[in-house]
Amino acid sequence: MHEMSLAESVLQIVEGAALDQGLQRVTEVRLEIGTLSGVEPEALRQCLEIVFKGSLAEAARVELIEIVGKGWCLSCQTEVTLQALYDPCPQCGKHPVQVTGGSEMRVKDLLAE
Amino acid sequence: MCTVCGCGQGETKIEGQTHGHGFDHAHTHADGTTHSHSHDHEHHHDHPHHYGLGPAHAHAPGLSQARMVRIEQDILGQNNRHAAANRQRFHAHGQFAVNLVSSPGSGKTSLLVETIRRLADSTPLAVIEGDQQTQFDADRIRTTGAMALQINTGKGCHLDAHMVGHALDTLGLADDSLVLIENVGNLVCPAAFDLGEAHKVVILSVTEGEDKPLKYPDMFHAADLMLLNKIDLLPHLRFDVAQCMEYAHRVNPNLVVIQVSATSGEGLEAWIAWLRHGMEHAQALRLETVAALQQRVAELEAQLRPT
Repeated sequence: MHEMSLAESVLQIVEGAALDQGLQRVTEVRLEIGTLSGVEPEALRQCLEIVFKGSLAEAARVELIEIVGKGWCLSCQTEVTLQALYDPCPQCGKHPVQVTGGSEMRVKDLLAE
Repeated sequence: MCTVCGCGQGETKIEGQTHGHGFDHAHTHADGTTHSHSHDHEHHHDHPHHYGLGPAHAHAPGLSQARMVRIEQDILGQNNRHAAANRQRFHAHGQFAVNLVSSPGSGKTSLLVETIRRLADSTPLAVIEGDQQTQFDADRIRTTGAMALQINTGKGCHLDAHMVGHALDTLGLADDSLVLIENVGNLVCPAAFDLGEAHKVVILSVTEGEDKPLKYPDMFHAADLMLLNKIDLLPHLRFDVAQCMEYAHRVNPNLVVIQVSATSGEGLEAWIAWLRHGMEHAQALRLETVAALQQRVAELEAQLRPT
């Protein structure tokens, strides 16, 4: 996907928080990434490494927290776990399943000095 | 540069002008003199603040200065804020904006040319063209007489809401216009970037293979309408239309599908009707807002009147 744009947005958010709260150095950044968000975690990690260079987050450890995909099966009328957007309902095997969670891309929190 | 898709930053150009936020333009004054100047408004995308080097030296022994800072912010938050501003602008002016997305070569530009031919006499419209390089598409659109503006994203693989906001500044569209945004040919990245449009419209041509909705599910999930293009070629191909639609509905149960051919004109009436319906809705919303504001003004004036 467009992990470089996302990585730059992450840095903007981190720098904005640093400015607001007077942070000198960020040692850890935790991101929540949904499994249905289309983000390739390893690519995002590499891009973050590149954009963090020379910033206050240069040495930051990046933790990616996976948010499991969830959907509402219209046949079962129940919430089910989804591995991918086009998966059938794991209970009844039917389509369609409306996605209800797992498309998140968020900066959760930072560890900073 | 993006290791996955080649996204690059700082290379965006609108009509060949670098995207430095210093739009030069000319004014003509009442006395007839014309002069040009630039409106520079620096954005601080890069927060040029000094954060100091290394840890502070003022901590008490045994106590770490490290602290947890809650952020809870959407990574696409900034794009979404720009998109919300664009959407508000479309809403206020009764404009109906659609974001056309597809892989390269699906026939988007030809379809747009045919769409404009059928609408231009009755509808104010403009096209925002997104491509990595060249003005070719905007030039093609302009041959129809329609207003077109080219955004070159450089190495960027998608349009974002910020670029589109600047394009709207430049275009200065009339109320109740149709705004056709042709995104960069790419079935992956543009899915995640809201531009403020009313709908994403994904174009899939029958020369591409019916399994694309499953291969690139994000885009088909994000779209509200799919145009299945080049159906005039179906007799020469092994393309299973029913299978393709079934795959598309697996990813997005609510996806509306219209089969079209820009070449033969088949199905274009249904597409034009879909656009007209959207434009009428956008216009009705604007008129409702205006009526509500007028009523509010009348109420306030009544309060000011001496009793």
